Amino acid sequence: MPAVSKGDGMRGLAVFISDIRNCKSKEAEIKRINKELANIRSKFKGDKALDGYSKKKYVCKLLFIFLLGHDIDFGHMEAVNLLSSNRYTEKQIGYLFISVLVNSNSELIRLINNAIKNDLASRNPTFMGLALHCIANVGSREMAEAFAGEIPKILVAGDTMDSVKQSAALCLLRLYRTSPDFVPMGDWTSRVVHLLNDQHLGVVTAATSLITTLAQKNPEEFKTSVSLAVSRLSRIVTSASTDLQDYTYYFVPAPWLSVKLLRLLQCYPPPEDAAVRGRLTECLETILNKAQEPPKSKKVQHSNAKNAVLFEAISLIIHHDSEPNLLVRACNQLGQFLQHRETNLRYLALESMCTLASSEFSHEAVKTHIETVINALKTERDVSVRQRAVDLLYAMCDRSNAQQIVAEMLNYLETADYSIREEIVLKVAILAEKYAVDYTWYVDTILNLIRIAGDYVSEEVWYRVIQIVINRDDVQGYAAKTVFEALQAPACHENLVKVGGYILGEFGNLIAGDPRSSPLIQFNLLHSKFHLCSVPTRALLLSTYIKFVNLFPEIKTTIQDVLRSDSQLKNADVELQQRAVEYLRLSTIASTDILATVLEEMPPFPERESSILAKLKKKKGPGTVTDLEEIKKERNSDVNGGTESTPVNASTVALPDSPLQGSLAELVTGPRPRPSRLNSSRLAIHNLQTGVPCLFKGFFTSEEHSGFWLISLNTSLLSVCMASELNIQSTPSPSADLLGLGAAPLTSSAPPPSSTGSLLVDVFSDSASVVAPLAPGSEDNFASPDLASSEVVSEEPADTVHDADELIHKFVCKNNGVLFENQLLQIGLKSEFRQNLGRMFIFYGNKTSTQFLNFTPTLICSDELQSSLNLQTKPVDPTVDGGAQVQQVVNIECISDFMEAPILNIQFRYGGTFQNISVKLPITLNKFFQPTEMASQDFFQRWKQLSNPQQEMQNIFKAKHPMDTEITKAKIIGFGSALLEEVDPNPANFVGAGIIHTKTTQIGCLLRLEPNLQAQMYRLTLRTSKETVSQRLCELLSEQF
Amino acid sequence: MIGGLFIYNHKGEVLISRVYRDDIGRNAVDAFRVNVIHARQQVRSPVTNIARTSFFHVKRSNIWLAAVTKQNVNAAMVFEFLYKMCDVMTAYFGKISEENIKNNFVLIYELLDEILDFGYPQNSETGALKTFITQQGIKSQLQTKEEQSQITSQVTGQIGWRREGIKYRRNELFLDVLESVNLLMSPQGQVLSAHVSGRVVMKSYLSGMPECKFGMNDKIVIEKQGKGTADETGKSELGSGKQSIAIDDCTFHQCVRLSKFDSERSISFIPPDGEFELMRYRTTKDIILPFRVIPLVREVGRTKLEVKVVIKSNFKPSLLAQKIEVRIPTPLNTSGVQVICMKGKAKYKASENAIVWKIKRMAGMKESQISAEIELLPTNDKKKWARPPISMNFEVPFAPSGLKVRYLKVFEPKLNYSDHDVIKWVRYIGRSGIYETRC
Repeated sequence: MPAVSKGDGMRGLAVFISDIRNCKSKEAEIKRINKELANIRSKFKGDKALDGYSKKKYVCKLLFIFLLGHDIDFGHMEAVNLLSSNRYTEKQIGYLFISVLVNSNSELIRLINNAIKNDLASRNPTFMGLALHCIANVGSREMAEAFAGEIPKILVAGDTMDSVKQSAALCLLRLYRTSPDFVPMGDWTSRVVHLLNDQHLGVVTAATSLITTLAQKNPEEFKTSVSLAVSRLSRIVTSASTDLQDYTYYFVPAPWLSVKLLRLLQCYPPPEDAAVRGRLTECLETILNKAQEPPKSKKVQHSNAKNAVLFEAISLIIHHDSEPNLLVRACNQLGQFLQHRETNLRYLALESMCTLASSEFSHEAVKTHIETVINALKTERDVSVRQRAVDLLYAMCDRSNAQQIVAEMLNYLETADYSIREEIVLKVAILAEKYAVDYTWYVDTILNLIRIAGDYVSEEVWYRVIQIVINRDDVQGYAAKTVFEALQAPACHENLVKVGGYILGEFGNLIAGDPRSSPLIQFNLLHSKFHLCSVPTRALLLSTYIKFVNLFPEIKTTIQDVLRSDSQLKNADVELQQRAVEYLRLSTIASTDILATVLEEMPPFPERESSILAKLKKKKGPGTVTDLEEIKKERNSDVNGGTESTPVNASTVALPDSPLQGSLAELVTGPRPRPSRLNSSRLAIHNLQTGVPCLFKGFFTSEEHSGFWLISLNTSLLSVCMASELNIQSTPSPSADLLGLGAAPLTSSAPPPSSTGSLLVDVFSDSASVVAPLAPGSEDNFASPDLASSEVVSEEPADTVHDADELIHKFVCKNNGVLFENQLLQIGLKSEFRQNLGRMFIFYGNKTSTQFLNFTPTLICSDELQSSLNLQTKPVDPTVDGGAQVQQVVNIECISDFMEAPILNIQFRYGGTFQNISVKLPITLNKFFQPTEMASQDFFQRWKQLSNPQQEMQNIFKAKHPMDTEITKAKIIGFGSALLEEVDPNPANFVGAGIIHTKTTQIGCLLRLEPNLQAQMYRLTLRTSKETVSQRLCELLSEQF
Repeated sequence: MIGGLFIYNHKGEVLISRVYRDDIGRNAVDAFRVNVIHARQQVRSPVTNIARTSFFHVKRSNIWLAAVTKQNVNAAMVFEFLYKMCDVMTAYFGKISEENIKNNFVLIYELLDEILDFGYPQNSETGALKTFITQQGIKSQLQTKEEQSQITSQVTGQIGWRREGIKYRRNELFLDVLESVNLLMSPQGQVLSAHVSGRVVMKSYLSGMPECKFGMNDKIVIEKQGKGTADETGKSELGSGKQSIAIDDCTFHQCVRLSKFDSERSISFIPPDGEFELMRYRTTKDIILPFRVIPLVREVGRTKLEVKVVIKSNFKPSLLAQKIEVRIPTPLNTSGVQVICMKGKAKYKASENAIVWKIKRMAGMKESQISAEIELLPTNDKKKWARPPISMNFEVPFAPSGLKVRYLKVFEPKLNYSDHDVIKWVRYIGRSGIYETRC
């Protein structure tokens, strides 16, 4: 390279720069620059030609002015002139100006390209280098278009100098990165690969970078590079530190090249050729061995270079994931680094271990370091390292150490840095959920989490707790108790209040038996927190209160007083005010059974991917967590299958036993269209809007009342259900859910439900949200056996009645739900009964996009049934549009007791084919039950009165469901009879009483259910004044337990 | 209220830092330097919000004064205070420069303690301040208790701006009407916008506690008087049609009794001793434009531009305008300029990208002309030259708004001198503000 001669020091430029540096203010600087610009302009304009030196000087000044942030719009021509100079310094400045101030003037571009071409064609390596650097620096598409064909030739030409080859390789790399489409693949590619064998290590380094990038896009074309890279790597690794003189960096031979080669190898799977593979393994072993050797120098550069190679080797090992031996060695090596003095090393070690933890070979090895990692979490000073430690703990967690890790993370949370708290909270929540062996532990952990982390607990976490508690019957009682206890702390976090409010509102009754947590105490406890909470929480608590009204009628007046207080009724917040007003009205006007319907316990949530996991993924960015999770899930699936397989029988509402299994099922079956809760809730709203007002008209003759309901229900019965807080629902799957479509026209009359999307008045039972298999043949999917069994095709009418019996049993204890569903049609039910009268709303939803023609539902009663049951209905519109929904009202009158159930037969034409579906309508005798409260004395007196053997019916049967007291109680109440407490001397027994209303007679019924926990058996005894009634009720009720 | 006050030099070094409230920390000082003084962009808003902290700044030559607050303060009040503060400092040590500030920093802290208390502006009347903040060293031994209590009662009293017992041998007062005229004119000579902002500055050397009454040709007052004498109405409207002016808005010194102005529209006051600004006003109607600029720009090809500018003076021939300067902007790619002018001196200033034409004196109803040939360098830039307006500076000895002082009466009931004994001087100066003509 020609040295810059002393005469080339441009004095004018130096003076100008020092002038600018000395400027006192910005204004002065601008003045000076303006003056200089005018000077340059006059010089460039001047008639006499400038010599190369002055041209260079002025171009330099312009460049300097440009770099100070001023616009330069002239001088390009002069710079291009400099390109054709033969002096290095002038050419250099010209290229510098061009690369910094690229101009899109087409004429200039042509000149520039021409100059570059000339330089490339010249045999002068310096000029070629300058030209290549300029191309690379500009790196525009135009440049790529002009030179992408030429550079590969220079690169592979035999007579090109090494330094030019280096530049050419890097220049091509740059062009490929900016516009890969202009870089032609051709025969040069194979020759580029052979550059890996070049004598000059600089060329090899540059070529490796290029090949790595190219190989990522076209792995096939560069496959041959693997063996070459391996042999090159092995030569470097085995060479003594003195062999590669210029490329030895602090006793490490060619560290950059080694790292690049290892990166290149990471583009490919482990080599298939055994020899190459052996050689590579050898290399990697050597690198691992070298890490054990004592350092040759104490300088930090030495260890940095050595470790750089080592870490790249380890990531290659992880990438290959095929050599257990190497993986374990790598893991041990990293384990040593975990306690290294150097913070960076600890960080890198933890980071690499995270990926190692996901490999099946090294997972166990990683787990041996758990103590060290936990220690790092506690003692590490650098927050980013602690963060990695948390990541690693998360990655290495499995069933065996979940309890320990979760406990440690919870401990750490108290002192954790604010920036990573939220992430730790999410991780704890996920781990606790994923590896929960028993759910009491889960509930404890999460409540602890909320207590410790408070503000850092995102909404998703507490949503998730509630989802799980609602979906799992066995944990509800415990959750209620724990929450109640947690709430007793003098200061508790708002999130805890939310969880507490929700859970007590749903399951407060489960702990109400304990005098320490009697309804009033529960209420007072919650209300003591009320005033400290934000508006959304208060709104939730108001919903809890109205739920309490339903759960505990005894504290109704207390709650009404609270709702009536000015601070609620006249609250400045419109949401709170509306809730208070509506709840108050609801509690005063509605009868107990309306309350019970409206405020029914929330149905289970459909299983889906944990919202927390989704949040963590979002936080981390795709790719990092996902892969890890997926691998772990797959690996865990067999573990879970072995230990936790639960027998699923046809009658259980199949909720996956563990949330993980639910998501596994999802993984296996892939995404399925599922009726989202949002849609079913819309349907429910629809029901309320259309059906309920007329229903109420029957109850309240006064127009005023019904008017009130109309308004109130239209606006917000929605807020009745607490689900509005749980607006975590997935967006409705647009695929085929007719209910959502059916409700769509309603949105104009009821904008709040559709717009907020958080109003989940699911007055329907759980079946609405249970997944229905849409694909035929997937009926054996365990998720929905009950519905599958009800699917009937017209050719098999005999099966109809038989199968539908199951269905009838499902509706014995409740009034609403999805009766039937297949690919075409969904039938929803909502019914109300009062004394001997009833009204049933049947919703037919067209799930397809085509019209149903000749749609005729008919009710068929056997002769025997006709005499005892009077059904009246109006015909429905014979055409049902695609996605639409029609409603049919059935008025029911019970004349005398009956055994069978009426059959609903639906005929319609879909496409070209005629469809015929028959379903039993779940109208059973017990629907006309009215509960009767009586004291112990009365009960036994009546019990004795009905001592006639025909009047008694007894059945001893095995329990089909887990024997849970609370569920049993709920079922007996749902059955229709009153549940009498403290009547039976044995508190484990259940005793009920009620009257069946028919038009002709009223039949008193007494029942007694004695569970035997050891034998998992029940004895059910029924005494009624009529033999057939006893028999029928006994049949119906036996099926429920 | 103001949380703190900082004074910086042009480099952003803090010369004075006075924090009044705890919510302003030291980092606020740096925030202003980084985000405002060293900001890359040219246009700087006088109010800057950085991290919920508001910075109000004014610049005097190379010195930045910044008031800082975290509260939602009245911005106009803060700026009024900053200007007042500049006035006070000028009254104490002359020009505000880095050197002066460094030499007087004890004084400035003293002043800051006095004129701002916990961020609330206090008495900032120079005359009053000078009675107890002096530059003559410590005088407290000499000051008698009586004097001290007098200062206290004056500062806290009803007339805080004037002390009692002032005596002059010659009672004299000077009245300056200072106006600046702003104009934007189209190339065809159409007025696009024009207004005059003026100040009445008074220098009073009067004994005792004189009660003054100031009268000018305010339209409302004149018409009111016209109504009083009904027979004169016709005459005055015909005769003095141009005699009265419509004032758009005005503000007064605190000594003016506003209640009297509101009810009678008469300006009466007890003046502070020495120089003060009696009122500020703005007019937009019937403005006398002292100069007319007629530009003529012709582009000859891509590399040449011919400019011809004629200025005409438009006032009484007996009056003389001074310090006339016309600034003709040149394109950014100017490579050479030739100028010919009939009067004065003209020069191309490359550092300002403009031709500057200076004329020392010019009588009314005259005209003068300049012509210039500008050579251009062809550029790659497609942007056309934006043709910034031609601007002008001048000074004329009359009020372009037409304001006239009708009277200034002085009454001093206790001392025995009357209005006639006071020597009064009135002077009108009209200056150019932003006086631009598009070309």
